Amino acid sequence: MPEDIKRTFERLGIPEQERKFLAGVEAQFDSEAAYSNIKASVGEQGVIFVGSTEGLHKHPELFRKWFGKVIPSGDNKFSALNSAVFSGGSFIYVPPGVKVKHPLQAYFRINAESFGQFERTLIIADEGSEVTYMEGCTAPKFETATLHSAVVELVALKGAKIQYITVQNWSPNVFNLVTKRGLAHEEAEVKWIDCNIGSRLTMKYPGVVMKGRKARGEVISIALAGDGQHQDTGAKMVHAADETTSNIVSKSISLGTGRATYRGLVHVPKHLKGCKNNTECDALLINSKSRTDTYPAITVRGQGNSCQHEASVSQISEEQIFYMQQRGLSEAAAMSLAVNGFVNDLVQQFPMEYSVELKRLIDLEMEGSVG
Amino acid sequence: MSVLEALEHQNKETDSEAAWPSWFSEIQKSAAKDFEASPAPTRKDEPWRFSDLKAIDLTGFVPAGPVSSEGRIINASQSLPSFAAKMVFGNNALLFQETPALPEGVLFKPLEVAAREHESLFREFFMAQPVELGSHKFAALHRANLQTGAFLYVPANVEVALPIEIFHWVEGENASVYPHTLIICGENSKVTVIDSFRSADGKRALACGVNDLHLSPGAKLNYIAIQEWSDETLAFHINSTLVNRNSECTALAANFGGKFIRGESLSRMIGEGSRSEMLSLNPLDGKRQIDQRTLQDHAAPSASSDLLYLNALDDDTRSIFAGLIKVEIGAHGTDAYQKVRNLMLSDTAEANSMPGLEILADGVRCTHGATSGEINEEELFYLEARGISKTYGRRLIVNGFFQTLLQRFKDEALREHLSKMVAAKLGLPF
Repeated sequence: MPEDIKRTFERLGIPEQERKFLAGVEAQFDSEAAYSNIKASVGEQGVIFVGSTEGLHKHPELFRKWFGKVIPSGDNKFSALNSAVFSGGSFIYVPPGVKVKHPLQAYFRINAESFGQFERTLIIADEGSEVTYMEGCTAPKFETATLHSAVVELVALKGAKIQYITVQNWSPNVFNLVTKRGLAHEEAEVKWIDCNIGSRLTMKYPGVVMKGRKARGEVISIALAGDGQHQDTGAKMVHAADETTSNIVSKSISLGTGRATYRGLVHVPKHLKGCKNNTECDALLINSKSRTDTYPAITVRGQGNSCQHEASVSQISEEQIFYMQQRGLSEAAAMSLAVNGFVNDLVQQFPMEYSVELKRLIDLEMEGSVG
Repeated sequence: MSVLEALEHQNKETDSEAAWPSWFSEIQKSAAKDFEASPAPTRKDEPWRFSDLKAIDLTGFVPAGPVSSEGRIINASQSLPSFAAKMVFGNNALLFQETPALPEGVLFKPLEVAAREHESLFREFFMAQPVELGSHKFAALHRANLQTGAFLYVPANVEVALPIEIFHWVEGENASVYPHTLIICGENSKVTVIDSFRSADGKRALACGVNDLHLSPGAKLNYIAIQEWSDETLAFHINSTLVNRNSECTALAANFGGKFIRGESLSRMIGEGSRSEMLSLNPLDGKRQIDQRTLQDHAAPSASSDLLYLNALDDDTRSIFAGLIKVEIGAHGTDAYQKVRNLMLSDTAEANSMPGLEILADGVRCTHGATSGEINEEELFYLEARGISKTYGRRLIVNGFFQTLLQRFKDEALREHLSKMVAAKLGLPF
């Protein structure tokens, strides 16, 4: 492994974390898996965790069966592009009944200028299995724009649980156009925890198609839009079986000239019974030039289902800031604390080291935003 | 004769009768061109998302001729026991007018008379707001084919104690009507207007209506639109409301009839402390479809708007609600609320909700909510346990659902009238 790459990842803290905690790590540099390791014990359970190209070569029977099934290549322009040229990304298969105790983790980094990265990830959790996957994204700042166009497909078979965690902190000239969708079979659960802090423009709406009875979909989304950034995020919930439930909680913060957008879709087709959706969107506006939008679309057919959507836009209360300043905090520190408080209930759902990182990232972004 | 051929025909007629001033026919001619040039809505147009484009086909509609049952229509034009003034229109013509209790200075005239006698007022306020919610083409159709309508001007500091009533009727197979109501409220004036839309028969018809409400600083307006078109009517209702400093408008659209109803409602808050309440109650049955698009445009600071739309969907009905709260740059201190509730009463009904927010200012409080649910079984059980049949119990619960909105009206006679209409629609005795 080249020395400079090693240094970069050391700065990111991967080897250290890996030693202590993580079941497997895959690091991806410019679309090629640079380094990957999977703890022996996890491997013994039959868990496959490799790069997507390797997965294609070594496990064609699994790969072929599910590739492009959740997100057909013609789904949208960018998924078509990705399907044509993908390289890198992860391929994970968890055998029936296997519960992977520790999260599997991947880091994505763009190192070249004017580059397009086409990550393709496919995760299959077989019956009754459980897995958590975490991805982090970073890139150094270049003069020209770069593109990250990923397609992520999750398949949770009967009773399986997949949790997919993203902390996206691309540099502010990356266009991040991502298609993410999960398929939840009977009694399965797919949960997206999505945090967007970086990039110039992110367009990402993780979705869950609840195909089996009692399947469950969840999206937890945090977006922080700083100066010049547009975080266009949201969620899609397609109920396709009885008694399926979905939950969307989205919190966004707009700073400076940043713009945060929530775009959502909830669909309950005819003749389904007992479907439930709950959507909550809260937006926080910090400066007078900040902008926030909410564009949900909810379709419900027939009775016996219930959907509720609620969204609110507010700002940090001056009283809170005053209270903290009274107790000796600077205005900036008080603001930072208030913003962290706003997203705190969501951040707590992240694994510990990610929630710490997230808080630090929010603090960093909040620096200099006051005044 | 098609709607467009009718246009030319009508323009000629206008010239000969000279009911309208000649400058107005120029406006109509350019509107006809605008209608021709404007593209028809397509599935890809966001303002028409989820809509039924087959339902808005204008083929077959012809200009409405004179009504044949004038006396019956005039006699049937009753709503409240006492009123300040009344106008009855049938098939694009004024049939009847009376002003039993109209305060001095109030102008309540047919549109064409207002255009002649109060040209500057007319020119300033007639269809002055851009139609941005998707129906530009149909607004052009309206403008081009307009023949008459109600013009109401309430001078500054005048309070009209009793409501003013306007009736728009359509009669005949495939008749097309263009109802229009223009209300201008002077400073600190106060008035209530009830605008009723009715069919004289159960036939297929086209109604393409516009109503514009303008409130000067400190004015208060209650505007109640009661739509009872036949079950075969295609209706467009394009509304704009402009509220100035400290003025308050409450507008209700109650839709009891129609086959496909497209309602577009724009409220623009242009003065500090202004307030607009946008209400709609829609008991839907049969194959009715209602497609409502709204915009709460906050262009001034410290204004408030409150939207509440209630749909009860029975049988094979369909509802579409797309609403946007837009807080423009500098509109700090905005307080905006938007809520749509769908009560699903059948397995074949469909509700689409797209509540939206676009916030470009801070120091605001904006909330929206959209719910879709069914009748609470426990409530139904409670009623059944008291000897009320299931069918009846359901109607009572739907009635209660709409009562939450009607409670907002403080005027007792008006509230009672509306409650009666809802109860009748639901098959309940009042």
